[in-house]
Amino acid sequence: MKKIIITVVGKDTVGIIARVCTYLADNRVNILDISQTIVGGYFNMMMVADPEQSTKDTGTIADELGNVGREMGLSIRVMGEDIFNAMHRI
Amino acid sequence: MINILEATETVKMITQENLDVRTITMGISLLDCISSDLRQLNENIYRKITTCAKDLVKVGNEIEKEYGIPIVNKRISVTPIGLIGASACRNSSDFVSIAQTLDRAAKEVGVNFLGGFSAVVSKGMTKAEENLIRAIPYALSSTDFVCASVNVGSTKTGIDMDAIRLLGQIILQTAELTKENDSLGCAKLVVFCNAPDDNPFMAGAFHGVTEGDTVINVGVSGPGVVKTALESVRGESFEVLCETIKKTAFKVTRVGQLVAQEASKRLGVPFGILDLSLAPTPAVGDSVADILCEIGLEYAGAPGTTAALALLNDQVKKGGVMASSYVGGLSGAFIPVSEDQGMINAAEAGALHLEKLEAMTCVCSVGLDMIAIPGDTEASTISGIIADEMAIGMVNAKTTAVRLIPVIGKGVGESVEFGGLLGHAPVMAVNGFSCKEFISRKGRIPAPIHSFKN
Repeated sequence: MKKIIITVVGKDTVGIIARVCTYLADNRVNILDISQTIVGGYFNMMMVADPEQSTKDTGTIADELGNVGREMGLSIRVMGEDIFNAMHRI
Repeated sequence: MINILEATETVKMITQENLDVRTITMGISLLDCISSDLRQLNENIYRKITTCAKDLVKVGNEIEKEYGIPIVNKRISVTPIGLIGASACRNSSDFVSIAQTLDRAAKEVGVNFLGGFSAVVSKGMTKAEENLIRAIPYALSSTDFVCASVNVGSTKTGIDMDAIRLLGQIILQTAELTKENDSLGCAKLVVFCNAPDDNPFMAGAFHGVTEGDTVINVGVSGPGVVKTALESVRGESFEVLCETIKKTAFKVTRVGQLVAQEASKRLGVPFGILDLSLAPTPAVGDSVADILCEIGLEYAGAPGTTAALALLNDQVKKGGVMASSYVGGLSGAFIPVSEDQGMINAAEAGALHLEKLEAMTCVCSVGLDMIAIPGDTEASTISGIIADEMAIGMVNAKTTAVRLIPVIGKGVGESVEFGGLLGHAPVMAVNGFSCKEFISRKGRIPAPIHSFKN
């Protein structure tokens, strides 16, 4: 199972998590973990998700969630979990 | 599990600090393409490259999408054509036809540079290699993506001064033939001492004869990441400074290692090496010179520059070596002038001169890189500059290189625009005193003694 990490950064507003979760549910991406924090008025969220059941590949999910982010004035990135493990774990 | 701070740090490196994988370079051996029939040879070369590298760009793009890390270039290096064409090529124009085949193959597979129009002549030139060198100006002016390099010396063999004398003229001729584009052809020609067989970076990449049939080599980048990390340790001791560079280099290199392994697996091609070089681009915030300033210099070129660069280069290696299973290529800090906004600023401010750049090349990879000089510089002077740089490489047992651009029709103080990753540069002054008699001597400089290191 190749997990993905979704990061959301931007100005806090109503319904950010709802929008992202709706997209993921519609595309059968299972959420494994969510953490979020507000730093200096900016909303920071990280989701660990499993796209195994999804019919879309990671690249498409990244593009479409990126568009969702742009509509809401947020930066949303989807990246394979491996890159974070490579960088932060020996 | 990864926590939110770690995730944000990685995302910030990519989105704000220009972290990227600079190149995935597929090395392809052309030894099995050799034929004494030129038409057949060209056909073999085209077929081999377009078969081996047909998925290179696609796989590169897939990895880029999946991991969210930009992979700026997908490139190819091939066995030095001086060897491959030796049997079929009777003259220079035969070699030019091979360059055109390489260009066609590069365009077919969608890579943006192909290196290996090269000759390794560190002790002497064969007739074929001399023909290849004489073909370089025509090869570079009649193709878009082909890069040429000539290795003219090594610590074991000494320096081939006949090749250096010839290359002074070849560089000027290349400049002349591409003068409509600010002599851009010279940006695709590198002269080396101790050239590595597995360098993934252009313009000097070629697939050495010590390599296997095909191989994936990856070059990482990340000057912006190092610079940002150093902003948080201003005024701290050298110990803190060095530890910060090492840790950052480790993280950057691990990303490259991941990409290299994925590319190797998906293409079914063995992973060769990771090149640890800090490679700048003209983009603001992606500069090696800016790191030197962050270490404490007003401009790159100020007193202390060589020491700061030595420290930076060494710490990058120390951090990077543990992060990758195989390290090779050039692995150090690159100090090109036109491709680094901080270097351009330093040159324009009068802080950085050719002689200081030469000193800097003693402690880092690679050499005098992407430096615009006046178009009326004599061929023997260019050869003299090359000889100096090669001597540094030979004596210090390191790779050195020269990529000079005599800009036809322009003089000191004028500016040249190369565009894209190649950037822009002020034309720098060259010492005008003559070395003609030195350069006109025939033969080679003997290999240095390896004892009495003083």
